[in-house]
Amino acid sequence: MSETTIESGAKVRLALTVNGEPAEVLVDAYKTLLEALREDLQLTGTKHGCELGECGACAVLVDGEPVLSCLALAVACDGRDVQTVEGLQANGALHPLQDAFADLGGSQCGYCTPGILMTAKALLDRTTEPTRDEIKDALSGNLCRCTGYLQIVEAVERAAEQVRSGANGCGQVRAGAGEHGSPKPVDEDSPAKAGAQ
Amino acid sequence: MMRLPPFRYRAPRTVGDAALWLAESPGDTMLVAGGTDLLPNMKRRQQTPRTLIALRGIAELCAITTGGGVGAPGEPSASGESPSPRSGRVGIRIGAGVTLSALVRNEEIRATLPALWQAALQVATPHLRNMGTLGGNLCLDTRCTYYDQSHEWRKAIDFCMKKDGRTCWVATSSPRCLAVSSTDTAPALQALGARVRLVSAAGVREVSVADLYENDGMQYLTRRADEILTEVIVPDTSGWRSTYWKLRRRGSFDFPVASVAAAARLDGDGRVEAVRLVAGAVASRPLSAPKAEALLVGERLTDERIAAAAQAVYEVAKPMDNTDFELVWRKKMVTALATYALRELRGDDTSAVRLRLARQVL
Amino acid sequence: MSAVIGKPRRRVDGRAKVTGQTRFADDLILPRMLHCKLLRSSVPHARIVRIDTAKAAAHPGVHLVLTGDAFPVAYGVLPVSHDEHALCRDKVRFVGDPVAAVIARDEATAAAAVDLIEVEYETLRTLAAPDDSLAHPEPRIHEYGDTGNVHKAVSLQFGDVDAAISGADHVFDDVFFFEGNTHLPIEQHATVAAKDGDGKLVVWSSTQTPHYLHRSLAKALQMPAAHIRVMATPNGGGFGGKSDPFNHEVVVAKAALMLDRPVKICLTREEVFYCHRGRHPVLMRFRTGVTRDGKITGVDLQTLLDGGAYGSYGVASTFYTGALQTVTYDIPTYRFRGCRVFTNKPPCGPKRGHGTPQGRFGQEVQLDKIAERLQVDPADLRLNIIAPPDSLTANYLRIGTIGLAECIRTVVASSGWKDTFRRLPLGRGVGLACSSYLSGAGLPINWNDLPHSGVQLKLDRSGGVTAFCGATEIGQGSDDVLVASVAEVLGIEPFDIRAVTGDTDLTPVDLGSYSSRVTLMMGNAAIEAATRARDLLARAVSRKLEVPVERLTFRDRRVFDRDDPGRGVTFQEAVCMAEAEFGTIGTTGSYTPPKSPAKFKGGGVGPSPTYSYTAAIVEVEVDPDTGWLVVPKIWIAHDIGRSLNPTLVRGQVEGGVYMGLGEALMEEQAFRRLPPRLSNALVHKFPSMLEYKSPTFLEMPEVHTDLIESMDPAGPFGAKEVGQGPLLPIMPALANAVYDAVGVRIDEIPITPEKVLKALQSKAAGKPARVGPASFPENVPWPDALLVTPPWEGGDGRASNEPVKKSKRKAEAGVEATAGVRR
Repeated sequence: MSETTIESGAKVRLALTVNGEPAEVLVDAYKTLLEALREDLQLTGTKHGCELGECGACAVLVDGEPVLSCLALAVACDGRDVQTVEGLQANGALHPLQDAFADLGGSQCGYCTPGILMTAKALLDRTTEPTRDEIKDALSGNLCRCTGYLQIVEAVERAAEQVRSGANGCGQVRAGAGEHGSPKPVDEDSPAKAGAQ
Repeated sequence: MMRLPPFRYRAPRTVGDAALWLAESPGDTMLVAGGTDLLPNMKRRQQTPRTLIALRGIAELCAITTGGGVGAPGEPSASGESPSPRSGRVGIRIGAGVTLSALVRNEEIRATLPALWQAALQVATPHLRNMGTLGGNLCLDTRCTYYDQSHEWRKAIDFCMKKDGRTCWVATSSPRCLAVSSTDTAPALQALGARVRLVSAAGVREVSVADLYENDGMQYLTRRADEILTEVIVPDTSGWRSTYWKLRRRGSFDFPVASVAAAARLDGDGRVEAVRLVAGAVASRPLSAPKAEALLVGERLTDERIAAAAQAVYEVAKPMDNTDFELVWRKKMVTALATYALRELRGDDTSAVRLRLARQVL
Repeated sequence: MSAVIGKPRRRVDGRAKVTGQTRFADDLILPRMLHCKLLRSSVPHARIVRIDTAKAAAHPGVHLVLTGDAFPVAYGVLPVSHDEHALCRDKVRFVGDPVAAVIARDEATAAAAVDLIEVEYETLRTLAAPDDSLAHPEPRIHEYGDTGNVHKAVSLQFGDVDAAISGADHVFDDVFFFEGNTHLPIEQHATVAAKDGDGKLVVWSSTQTPHYLHRSLAKALQMPAAHIRVMATPNGGGFGGKSDPFNHEVVVAKAALMLDRPVKICLTREEVFYCHRGRHPVLMRFRTGVTRDGKITGVDLQTLLDGGAYGSYGVASTFYTGALQTVTYDIPTYRFRGCRVFTNKPPCGPKRGHGTPQGRFGQEVQLDKIAERLQVDPADLRLNIIAPPDSLTANYLRIGTIGLAECIRTVVASSGWKDTFRRLPLGRGVGLACSSYLSGAGLPINWNDLPHSGVQLKLDRSGGVTAFCGATEIGQGSDDVLVASVAEVLGIEPFDIRAVTGDTDLTPVDLGSYSSRVTLMMGNAAIEAATRARDLLARAVSRKLEVPVERLTFRDRRVFDRDDPGRGVTFQEAVCMAEAEFGTIGTTGSYTPPKSPAKFKGGGVGPSPTYSYTAAIVEVEVDPDTGWLVVPKIWIAHDIGRSLNPTLVRGQVEGGVYMGLGEALMEEQAFRRLPPRLSNALVHKFPSMLEYKSPTFLEMPEVHTDLIESMDPAGPFGAKEVGQGPLLPIMPALANAVYDAVGVRIDEIPITPEKVLKALQSKAAGKPARVGPASFPENVPWPDALLVTPPWEGGDGRASNEPVKKSKRKAEAGVEATAGVRR
């Protein structure tokens, strides 16, 4: 990184690598990476829930590490490699994490999903055999209000399996009738059971 | 969306340049490393520096070196080495720009400085540890639920003493600001007898971590506005055990609302040769507990001794009603944290308690 | 038999959500778009003396500054509480009440200009809590409401409850408190408004209720609803927090009309806390008579709700604190008194469970105390008093199927309850609680005879089907229910169907994604629309293939002879045959809930086509030395009626458990009142994601979920609700578990370590082993009770002491009050 001075109120030209492609953009010097991505690069897949580092919704990968784009100065990201949810697909196929999240209930409203997917991707880039505790720890900086997290953890586990088995996201992984989710029908021969006494 | 106010941005490549630039106008210039503390504060207009000097591009701040032979950043040769608890030798030097994640990934720190390692691992969240630095955590602004609010919110209480107002709403008769020291790494480093290096255009000095802080929510650092905290120097701690216990509501995100760092050297007989106990997040600075330490030196860590020492740590804690949790209970929890810490130093398996409190295996 | 229904399946909008393609309101960027920021009140209660906007208007980049003068007409979600103006006109009622708006070229400019607006206030007394509001009828926060600062006080009596309680073997009298909390959707509310090409107003908003927003915009802006198009963007979480028409929506709509440019607003997190409409803080007193064999003889319930500064859904919330107790357990006599007061805080409203969790908490904890006193297993006590299926309750709610007994037995078995309850070592405990919930409110907010949900289908020559419905996707999976229902009936794949939802121009009205109504109501409408389309196709195919209509089967994208499956046509061919014969193929379906037999005033809150049931067991570990508590595991069984997509159903159950656990352990919408001698200030204590404590991955326990399928005839394919019910039992189950673990009662929510330790210390000192409210206030101005005779005593659903309007009686004459006799 070269020595830099940018005057207050100026705009600054950034050259980044975004999702593997070079991107040049002129942004207000006060902007964070979050604002530059959403407002100047129109990459609105990255979300925001507080802009103060308190929710994890804006997580992206910078040089492969999950960071909060709301607390990263855009000017400080000049020359760096940024990955967002828009770049998670490859070769026309979803990333195994995307498939697993879609299939296994890892995403409900979908708003925290991009930040969680990117954080999970960094985890799977580091290890393809994460334990359940490692998954929870890695994602402990991402809040989700919909799912109760359990289906997210299962989706990451499923994706890790897929990555290990070499599948790189071709179509849907089989939606498992997990033991928790399987409906427990009331005995059809005894309708009274459903109605209680 | 919360947005930053305008600022002038400068990114030097050397500590020397940074110090020179900082000296130009230290009153309205601030240093930013990870930005995880300063940028939220700026968005809430608690701090509105005209100029930001970014330290992340300074490679020399990011080194972790072991032994005493390596020169400090910004200074050709180390001087006034920290007296270590035992040998007087430097054990490890950690650049202030080392991220908390990098610190946690360092196996030597994990093995030799468990208190620091545990403290760093429990800061905020994984993302914030990827961004935040050790120096940033040591200089963390003091926190208060009357202060860590937007400008609009603070206007609704007619502001407070720490920023734009006159009254400390935590205790309206208080002559000083009661904002809380919320750094995790400082109590750990204070217990480990660490020192920090402060570099300015005028020179270099080293102070102990204990002397870096003052018990004042506004003037909580003895660092001068023109100084850059460049390095943490931890003395050789061979023979020492250490640990850090943190209280917070959730296993992630939350700042400490009480903590206890402990370091001790035991003799072959299990008697305490030397010990440091530091309570965090219960005042405007980390508080050492000399009475508690005195109760332990020369003694075995029996349940009774531990209870007496924990009570003495409790007595130094001065929590106020300006963080999460009720202050009376927070204060009581200091006793529990000190007890857990000393039991762990004694060699007890405290992993089950740790799991319940920290919600993760450390 | 079914091809789609009941199978775990990727939701239809799943792909968009994992690729970042879902367009939330703040993701919309339009050419020439301007940005809006609101100036909000910095004082809790004051008259506005003067607003000076000159400096803001002159600020470079500012296009428009608005104040309350621009919004003379009030609106509100309930017809009885039109008490909101988009910007305050004469007074402000809480810190955060909006008083002015700036529209500028970008958000930073708008924010800078907002700082230049000067407002002079004449402060009024701060009413911080219900006892303040009860003690001080003046100054009134609103000039309407029952009396003083009482917004609404209601009193209903069903049978001779006093005799029933005084004649009981045991009388239990308990006071409970449930602290307020908020929804905290991760998406902050956002709205974009613009003029369409033809000059009409178009509004995209993160709303759960586009229909109510549509109506409110028409009223507040005084323009024909037909010239307004509201599109509900997918919500990044709602939970009830995006169910009201909001001031910021009205403001940007007005600004877009005035400027003829798109205008966007996206709230900050702090502003979302000020929108609130979350869980009411409720103080409650339960007096319950119980026989020695554990039957309830009567319940006398009083609730006091801290409503905050506006009406919102508050009148309904008030009734809901008392409505559903009778749907869960057999309560032969019942008196319910509820009172909502105004205070100078952000308005409370509907949060997941709407008014029900508070009363549910009190009743379920009291039942635990009853079981303890009677030395009965709490599971057996409940099994003995479950409300009967296919019956009318004392307050005239019609119950259909009840899977509660099955739910209780299931969690008792899966958790090993018989081996753990009262048998775990000190510091570990288990607790049980149950609940029931609406599958959609039986009565509309705006009383009329119109359907609650409509679905239109367009069948295309391509074989593609488009399903139109006003329902709103808030993450719960409503688009998936719509598509799955149509696919099932037409025998095609979900992927063949495009859902167009939440658009008041294109879609028939659905009242909105609240009250757990969408699956049941939209689902039934979708089935009706799809069945009508299938009938058209079947008639055409029947003629062509010369196969009787009743033998035609729709499956695997084919229409074929049941008796000769090779004889058939593709679905696309069938559509073409039908179009050739009948013209363009479009069908509609609609759903109107059955009329309620409750005819008394207030009887409109509580009726539902059917009710869901849930039982849960929570395990807790409590450190007796510190009070620190951890929940390692929860078992839950939910009577879902029928599980349409088990993956989504399980997600709703676990999400409800999560949110319930957050409320149980840590979530609080808490406020700070500065010392009155020094300040009038009353502020939200911590309007931030950091200090409003929402459980993380690390706090979420293991959850064992069982789904009970009671196949309710009122539900689509037998389905009931799942979005809200599973939240309800978690809070009381935790309280009961804490008692099992360490023998102290925490009679208030949240249950924090401080409270547990305090109760333990009290117990150790020989004082009551309890933390909770001491008493219920005596000075609530209760009205005379409406006296309603229960159905089994010959009642007709009317109050005996309520004057009945002639016209109303006439209108209801055709409706049979089918009072089921059950005893």
